[in-house]
Amino acid sequence: MKRFNSKQAEGYTPYTCIQALRQGSAVTRLSALLLGLGNMLNGQLIKGLLFLAGELAYIFFMIRYGFHNLVMLVTLGSVEQQEIWDEANQVFLYTKGDQSVLLLLYGVATILLTVISFWGWRGALRSAYKAECLKKQGRHVNSFREDLASLLDENLYRLLMTPPMFFITALTILPLAFMICMAFTNYSRIDNHLVLFDWVGLENFAALFDSSSVLGSTFWSVLVWTLVWAVFATFTNYIFGMLLALLINRNDTRAKGFWRFCFVLSSAVPMFVSLLIMRTMLQPNGAVNVLLRNLGLIAPDASLPFFTDPTWARVTVIVINIWVGVPYTLMQLTGILQNIPGDLYEAAKVDGAGPVRTFFSITLPYMLYVTTPYLIATFTGNVNNFNVIYLLSGGDPITNLSSTAGSTDLLVTWLYKLTIDKQYYNVGAVVGILTFIILSVGALFTYRRSKSYKEEGGF
Amino acid sequence: MKRYKSAKAARRRTNILVHTLLAVLAAIWVFPVLWVIMTSFRGEKGSYVSTFFPQTLTLDNYTRLFTDTAVLNFPQMFMNTLIIAVCSCLLSTFYVLSASYCLSRMRFKMRKPYMNMSMVLGLFPGFMSMVAVYFILKAVGLTEGSMIRLALILCYSGGAALAFQIAKGFFDTTPYAVDEAALIDGCTRWQIFTKITLPLSKPVIVYTLLTSFISPWVDFIFAKVICRANSDQYTVAIGLWKMLEKEYIDSWYTSFAAGAVLISIPIALLFLKLQKYYVDGMAGAVKG
Repeated sequence: MKRFNSKQAEGYTPYTCIQALRQGSAVTRLSALLLGLGNMLNGQLIKGLLFLAGELAYIFFMIRYGFHNLVMLVTLGSVEQQEIWDEANQVFLYTKGDQSVLLLLYGVATILLTVISFWGWRGALRSAYKAECLKKQGRHVNSFREDLASLLDENLYRLLMTPPMFFITALTILPLAFMICMAFTNYSRIDNHLVLFDWVGLENFAALFDSSSVLGSTFWSVLVWTLVWAVFATFTNYIFGMLLALLINRNDTRAKGFWRFCFVLSSAVPMFVSLLIMRTMLQPNGAVNVLLRNLGLIAPDASLPFFTDPTWARVTVIVINIWVGVPYTLMQLTGILQNIPGDLYEAAKVDGAGPVRTFFSITLPYMLYVTTPYLIATFTGNVNNFNVIYLLSGGDPITNLSSTAGSTDLLVTWLYKLTIDKQYYNVGAVVGILTFIILSVGALFTYRRSKSYKEEGGF
Repeated sequence: MKRYKSAKAARRRTNILVHTLLAVLAAIWVFPVLWVIMTSFRGEKGSYVSTFFPQTLTLDNYTRLFTDTAVLNFPQMFMNTLIIAVCSCLLSTFYVLSASYCLSRMRFKMRKPYMNMSMVLGLFPGFMSMVAVYFILKAVGLTEGSMIRLALILCYSGGAALAFQIAKGFFDTTPYAVDEAALIDGCTRWQIFTKITLPLSKPVIVYTLLTSFISPWVDFIFAKVICRANSDQYTVAIGLWKMLEKEYIDSWYTSFAAGAVLISIPIALLFLKLQKYYVDGMAGAVKG
């Protein structure tokens, strides 16, 4: 029964920080300043000392580096690197100037560390209050050994979640926070701000939304193409994969395993290899054009403009995406398709429905209903589908020489070009944030309404 | 009787139609794979050919990969990738399994926030933070020499615990009654996890091991940004990518095909083995 008590279930505890400060004894309140004091006086000496050591380490870090980092975060540095001619050694010496990128990184890291420390502070305060309450009530206060043992039992999640959380914080959250900050600076090759840069507020966002500028018009055209691409890429794969799965799983189809193997074989080749192969095959003198010439379908010196004409290029990437994606869809949907209750089909057959009608009235609605989360995930994946575009067309063809994006560039590949090739880090970060906003508005809304999210806790 | 016959004929016609359609589609899907295998044995150099089938067959493209190591050292790249793949696959599997077990079986305050967080982080373009990751690794001194390998291992495994959905879906479907019985018998959670849940979860362990083993072989964007010009630390994916760059493509194109075939074979074998788990995993995870 305990499992279904929701308060207990989601880690509810009567020992909160506010309670500790309001109702705790003087010692407990004092442990808000001197972490671990309460634990030490209530028989948890080692635990208390650990808390205290953590506090001292944080204070030491802040005095030694932290405050400096925070101050520099405000200005992002102003000292330029300088050249000084050293007469004695006959060389140029360089003075150490400020590097805004590093200052920004250290600043953001310090803030993150402070947030984590605050969290630890709350935990320590709660622990002190809990020890006090337990002792007052005459109940057992855990020794250090028992605390350690509990890490393998009821507190196992602390032990198991800590290493993954550490790396997620260091390699996912910190970099993201850092990049988001970049969107509000002028860190870019424009006006030579690669070493020293400043906060500029929302200027970059304004520049991107200003549709009269080159950047602004590029943004809108890339955005529209990204959405068109994502819709087509998601649904062509979905429908086509489903039809193929149905064809293969038909009762009368022979050698089902062989057909499935043929399609899965192409997805077993690593995706970047097959995409690179496709790219070379579709070049003006690539295998496809050679084949068409040999067959006499096009003139001996002609070639189809797969990646050189904007419209051709867009269609080509969508078609090739079908080639790349359908095997995956086939595998993913086969299991779910077989779960469709058979009596629905029998009823349809009795009512005289043909295969087309059955597909649109039973299969498709059922699948759409069941696989909404999967579809959203695929759509998100397609908006962020870097590999297909970058490896196939590289965003080409470029029709407007002054713009930084080609006709098939998605927001992500444009982001890549802006940051890695052009070094417009700030604009790149803005594009990333906007991609995120577009995706999250749609996805979060749909996810939260979907059945699988709501019922997840109720198994 | 006649009606029965015509129905049978109609069915025959559809069957022939379906099978022809499948054959055509299968040909389209298999064609590029065959073409790359053909190219890997082609005697004529160069990326653009005027004939469709190779004129001469040779094994030189394969031997060249392992002997001509001056410009592009394929054997070393292969070893680099193997080391990175083995380490990161063990680490990520550990992270994924422990996170999913906790999220599936235990109830704690950060549970829902964590699941929401993983979803939100998943919506950011993957490599938006790539440049920042590079700066962070540089700040802790992991971007020089052989430390790059460690850096790549950390990168590939670091975010693994955010993709817990499939493993959690699997744990959710294994019966809780077993856990309860074990708890009553005085097992600790750790014992339940290692002695009961894990032995019962072979499919999902294999699935996680294989997917995380494959990812270093096929990712080249992260590797490229972190390796920069350290060509002795390149992974196979960057090497193959390099072979198609303008200065190498004419002499290396057929060797590229050979390399592609070489790394495709193990991955294809793993993948075909994985297929079953892939279907099962999806069917378990997408419950609707």
